[in-house]
Amino acid sequence: MAITDRGSEPASQRPAAPARNVHRVAMAQIAPVLGDPERNLALHLEQIELARQQEADLIVFPELSLTGYFVRDMVPDLAVSAAAPEIKQLLRAAGPMAVVAGFIEESPRHRFYNAAFYGEGGQIVHVHRKVYLPTYGLFDEQRYFAAGERIQAFDTARFGRVGILICEDLWHLSAAAIMQAEEIDMLLCVSNSPARGVDGPTIRIAETYEHLCKSFAQLLGAVVILVNRVGFEDGLCFFGGSMAVGPDGRTIAQAPTLDEALTVAVFDRGDLRRQRVITPLARDERLLLTIEELNRIKRQRYES
Amino acid sequence: MNLDSIPADLRINPQLATEILCRFLGKEIHRAGFERAVVGVSGGIDSSVVTFLAARALGPKNVLAVTMPYKISSEATRIDSQLVIRQLGVESVDVPITDQIDAYFARVGDATQLRIANKCARERMTILYDQSVAFKGLVVGTSNKSELLLGYGTQFGDMASAVNPVGDLYKTQLYQMAAHLGVPSRVLEKPPTGDLWIGQTDEGELGFRYVDVDRLLLLMVDRRWRRAELIEAGFEAAFVNRVADMVRRNHYKRRMPVIAKLSQRTVDRDFRYARDWGT
Repeated sequence: MAITDRGSEPASQRPAAPARNVHRVAMAQIAPVLGDPERNLALHLEQIELARQQEADLIVFPELSLTGYFVRDMVPDLAVSAAAPEIKQLLRAAGPMAVVAGFIEESPRHRFYNAAFYGEGGQIVHVHRKVYLPTYGLFDEQRYFAAGERIQAFDTARFGRVGILICEDLWHLSAAAIMQAEEIDMLLCVSNSPARGVDGPTIRIAETYEHLCKSFAQLLGAVVILVNRVGFEDGLCFFGGSMAVGPDGRTIAQAPTLDEALTVAVFDRGDLRRQRVITPLARDERLLLTIEELNRIKRQRYES
Repeated sequence: MNLDSIPADLRINPQLATEILCRFLGKEIHRAGFERAVVGVSGGIDSSVVTFLAARALGPKNVLAVTMPYKISSEATRIDSQLVIRQLGVESVDVPITDQIDAYFARVGDATQLRIANKCARERMTILYDQSVAFKGLVVGTSNKSELLLGYGTQFGDMASAVNPVGDLYKTQLYQMAAHLGVPSRVLEKPPTGDLWIGQTDEGELGFRYVDVDRLLLLMVDRRWRRAELIEAGFEAAFVNRVADMVRRNHYKRRMPVIAKLSQRTVDRDFRYARDWGT
């Protein structure tokens, strides 16, 4: 079959036949302990229990939720494989609930990644390794982590096609563009963003995240869930402010800034369909045109 | 200081900053295994703001305000310190330092204004750290961002502390915090002074006003303007050069002592852990 530009849907798209049309996503805005995986595992188990009581079908933890953020020279000591017993324990505890959590992944080649997994039914379905490791200003991630090399969505049993981005990944339009080409239903962004800028009504960087989430939700026609941690590490204040945004760009649920909270976002899958009827951006996307233009830029920049 | 004279660039939302800083103080003190704080109180804007923040974060009974007058300390210093202590209802102790400072210089001689000022600052530091054991509280620092950048403080003296909630706020921003927190108006209205000698004021000694230097530092440090751009924007070249030089020359005060590297892994170089490691 010839590939046509417009109208070609992703082949892996499963027919949307979810058991429920209403989803309850728990945003676990926690303050992990820096470099103490045992206490963090206990914290995750507590949150899973709370989410279960609120009948959540997915719980999302922040970036590096099992380790804390400024891990520095602790990285090799804290790294585990995605098959680690503590991750299995989390999945077991979650039961029918799907789980996203952040961890340091050690590859068989002993590279260390800032990673987040999506698991459901007791199995890991997908691991996203953070691609864009900020190494400027207060950040020094490239010193400690290897950069992920893939940005891929994945199919889930209940939520359709889902993508995970980690913090800085969300700041790169290309990552969002790939997610648009993947025609995802839900974007999960897990982050550890420190507060900067107290000259306005709210924390400046929190405003930026809100803009990003709202814009991307509308442009992707997808639900965007941002889960950002709280707490302090070496004077940095992680601001929280986790949020869920519907495909129309409106806020579905908003966690508080600065304080720990488990906030459940409730949304109807029908919103995705309705938004795509109103604004069918993904349908009209010219993927092959984009690829052609990117290839032209690639030739000019790297092959001339 | 007249709050209306503070340039728009330096304006902050003091309520938002207070929310962050109170949580910071509570968290940092608790994670170190403490519940209490010790603050050296001078009746000036910096230590008043810190005492207000600590009282709000920890409760007034968990804050020890230590006054440490030297014989030339002004009456205003005493009155304003007491105003802050009484208004907040924090615990307090008065430890005059005249006897030990004068005994030291009687023995070694050559007491200059600078040496006395530094000696007083370091004497006060040792008292705060000693009181921190007795009170079972952490020493909370009061050095603001203007002072830290200009190096306008005594290393291991007033610059020493366990945690510092105000080190990322310029002096002009601390005035906004003070007004928001309800620091007594006397403290806001008097000229900033380290009370280092009779009649001393910060701005007299430095030779420039905080509103000017804070704006310069904000552009130079936070917004990464280059010297030529600052001069083109209207700052006097001599002022820009002097301030840039102070920032560079005093950088040592902001760092741990330099360690000569010999091994594979050296403390503070490639032995890198967050201070909040494991907490």
